[in-house]
Amino acid sequence: MRLWDRLKSWFGAVTRRSRMESEMDAELRFHIEAFAEDLMRGGMARQEALRRARLEFGGIERAKEECREARAVNFVDSLLQDLRFGLRMLGKTAGFTGVATLTLALGIGANTAVFSIVNSVLLKPLNYPKAEELVALHQVAPGAAGLADFENGLLLSPSMYFTYAEQNHAFQSLGVWVAGTANVTGVADPEQVRTAEVSDGVLHTLGVPPQIGRWLSPVDQIPGGPERVMLSYGYWQRRFGGDRSAVGRNLTVDSRPREIVGVMPQGFRLVDAEFDVIVPLAFDRGKLILAGFGYQAIARLKPGVTLAEADADLTRTLPIWMDSWSNGPHTDPHVYETWRITPKIRPLKREVLGNVSDVLWVVMGTIGLVMLIACANVANLLLVKVEARQQELAVRAALGAGRGRIVRGLLIESLMLGLMGGTLGVAFANGGVRRLLAMGPANLPRLSEIWLDARALGFAVLLSLLSGLLFGLIPALKYSGSRASLTLGSAGRSMSRSRESHRARSVLAVGQVAMALVLLVSAGLMIRTFRALRRVEPGFTDEGHLQILRISIPDSLVKEPERVTRIQNEIVDNLAAIPGVRSAGFVSKMPMEGFDTPWDAIYARDKVYPDGAIPPLHLFKYVSPDFFRTAGTRIVAGRGLTWTEVYGLRPVVMVSENLAREMWGTPSAAVGKQLREFPSMPWHEVIGVIEDVRENGVQEKAPETVYWPSLMDNLYGPGNRGAVRTVTFVLRTERAGTAGFLNEVRQAVWSVNSSLPLASVRTMQEVYDKSVARTSFTLVMLGIAGAMALVLGIIGIYGVISYTVSQRQREFGIRLALGAHPGNVLKMVLRQGLKMAMAGVVIGFGGAFALTRLMTSLLFGVAARDPATFVAVAALLVLVALLACYLPARRAMKVDPMVALRYE
Amino acid sequence: MDKKQMELLQGTLDLLILKAVSLGPLHGYGILLRIQQISRDRLEIQQGSLYPALYRLEHQGWIISEWGESENKRKAKYYRLTAAGRRKLQTEAEKWNRMADVIAGILQSTPEEV
Repeated sequence: MRLWDRLKSWFGAVTRRSRMESEMDAELRFHIEAFAEDLMRGGMARQEALRRARLEFGGIERAKEECREARAVNFVDSLLQDLRFGLRMLGKTAGFTGVATLTLALGIGANTAVFSIVNSVLLKPLNYPKAEELVALHQVAPGAAGLADFENGLLLSPSMYFTYAEQNHAFQSLGVWVAGTANVTGVADPEQVRTAEVSDGVLHTLGVPPQIGRWLSPVDQIPGGPERVMLSYGYWQRRFGGDRSAVGRNLTVDSRPREIVGVMPQGFRLVDAEFDVIVPLAFDRGKLILAGFGYQAIARLKPGVTLAEADADLTRTLPIWMDSWSNGPHTDPHVYETWRITPKIRPLKREVLGNVSDVLWVVMGTIGLVMLIACANVANLLLVKVEARQQELAVRAALGAGRGRIVRGLLIESLMLGLMGGTLGVAFANGGVRRLLAMGPANLPRLSEIWLDARALGFAVLLSLLSGLLFGLIPALKYSGSRASLTLGSAGRSMSRSRESHRARSVLAVGQVAMALVLLVSAGLMIRTFRALRRVEPGFTDEGHLQILRISIPDSLVKEPERVTRIQNEIVDNLAAIPGVRSAGFVSKMPMEGFDTPWDAIYARDKVYPDGAIPPLHLFKYVSPDFFRTAGTRIVAGRGLTWTEVYGLRPVVMVSENLAREMWGTPSAAVGKQLREFPSMPWHEVIGVIEDVRENGVQEKAPETVYWPSLMDNLYGPGNRGAVRTVTFVLRTERAGTAGFLNEVRQAVWSVNSSLPLASVRTMQEVYDKSVARTSFTLVMLGIAGAMALVLGIIGIYGVISYTVSQRQREFGIRLALGAHPGNVLKMVLRQGLKMAMAGVVIGFGGAFALTRLMTSLLFGVAARDPATFVAVAALLVLVALLACYLPARRAMKVDPMVALRYE
Repeated sequence: MDKKQMELLQGTLDLLILKAVSLGPLHGYGILLRIQQISRDRLEIQQGSLYPALYRLEHQGWIISEWGESENKRKAKYYRLTAAGRRKLQTEAEKWNRMADVIAGILQSTPEEV
């Protein structure tokens, strides 16, 4: 209430300024006249009485001024004055203003851009109602060798899902899902779409209501029941033009008509997956076994349940799971006890973000350092400017301006500079965010949610003000500190004063060099990382000339496995016949394609396995003849597959080099050995050993891999004669990626079967680039930050040295006149620069030592304290600093003694 | 000027103004007269400092002003105490009395007491 009154009085005073003035006049006039009348009553003449009254009252103007101050009107008034004056000063030194604004704008722009990404990706909650309750049912199995490398840990099997869903006490709901692809036919051209196959409970857990229609319901999950499907908003728009009557119509997915029951709203994602259609998993409970660990699980915690409690709850249900299901007759369900399955439930947000937060925080940190350097630079410029304005400030002080008022004036100027830089910076940020997204890692989660929102704008404003305060405070304090001794006469030439502020500038320059060193070391480490990645042999060669595409042949289209292989064979032949294609083949999955193929254990004939123990799991891949030659994957020992062996269902197999070494010591020893997946499978002879392939990215260890023929008597399980139906075709050609070539590729495929859609048509170059995108993104960001830091730091040193030289011109003149060798003068100046650079390097070493450890997880093939990088960067900095000193030093050397002496 | 007049102690003008207007609305000049009258002309008040004090007190909400007509039919600004101002006056007066007691006690102390 009181505050309100005061504000009202203040506001009234400010807005009704002229009324207040006239009222004040009237009141004081009344006082004088009343006083005079009293005096006249005592017999004084009117003129004399008025004079006496005024005299006794004292300074009327001072009283008025104090009245205004009492109402805090003055503050606003003088603030407006300072603002106007500040603007005029900035306008008068347009060059300085331009440079400072641009420097700040770059810093603020870069920071705001990166912040808006950090904000959208890391800080904002996920786009689901009550997202904090959502968790991913992550679990690890340290006893399951082979699976331990999995980034995903041990996924759930369908039976596990049923046990968890029915036995848990910790969750409101839970469900499992898996991403995949399917062919949609019958609407227009055949098309491969991205699917999300979900169990009951998934949509319920996420809690996002459909745009139109309804969710998939428990009824839709009954095998053999009515077949239903949901659409994503994007697919609904694309395929049905957003027609509401799409609900209720049929969509033919993998040759089966399914009724569309609903459309999910725009922007809805299943955890991190984008999809076109949602299909029910419809598990057949009667046929489930313990195994089949291929499903991601999400759940919604009951209110108040902690992650640890939920972990304990699931751990409790694991024995129930092993008791309720089996892997078939004569198998021990409790064998999984040796896997030591341990639930490690984590917030869904962490699951979605993965390890991207490391990158973003490192980038944010480095960009923040650039901001500090920019501030230091502007502070340096301001110091010089204030120096030049000593005379003006001294005059103002002499005319009665208080120290506070002058300091405030200087601060207002720098705040205005900050805001101007901020305004321009936001414009930069807007463009910057778009550019960042364009070159950013394509696998950056929540990419579509990134934009320059109110929080990012608030950040920009705050940053502008803070930086304005930061770089403004240094000269302002420095100035007010040396104020006392200043007299008008010495304002132009006082030496002791300039040494004072000169030290401030040197400290700033040293700080800049130190920060630049930190940034350059980080950038250097990223460069080394990138080069180390480039040197890794990924298991394929010349990726720019490798065209890949995926084709799926559903069993609703072609039933017999042999027919599938024939069709695939024909496609390979047709593709190989395209002019310019040197060879072609196919494989169940190319390296770094971003999804997983099956893993399982294998048994070698010449090894003994203790009862019940499960040997390590290995990656299974299925290949066609000629695939290795096409991809450029070396055959280390033995030979590749032939079509005769494929069609003849011959028991042959190939293994990766690391697998061969682990089991038999050398690659050549492996050739001729025999292995199988399960007891009822005939022994398969190892005919070839293949070089290790970096399946999950260049940084990741190559998994031990078994290569089977694509057509087998026991595919995925005992007695299941089958062909791998979804495969990646690979073509070696100089024409990879060109439009005309892709047309011919399509014709070649469709001449075999016109209802086969081509999906994921890419070159291996794109796949490879995507897999190193995180590193190259970090590299580019740190590179930009490092370059900015280097330039700003060098400008800082140059500024300081060149200013000292101009200050010491007279001294140099005298030295030269007394016979000093010009070379000595040059050395003197260089030594000063060198001292600053060295000091910066030493301090920077400390900082870099502490900070680069934080980026360990981003590095590959180089230590966080790589001495070579440290030394090289330090040398570079010192060298460039010396160069920056050389120009002013040469000026010092060429000082004409006569001119210098006359100068002062 | 009368030799017996004392200069006002720092910070006491506000208290005196509040006291003066607590007895009824007054214009600035009236407040001056009232204080001089109550103090029987023993206090010297700088007229120039009266108005800034009035503005400050009004800004703080202890007193409010309105324009009215003076005894000789002229427009004058009258000040009167607000409810908050009345409370303020009371607490300030108590504080002042306590302070005066303490000071007086100290000054009256004899060497034996110390």
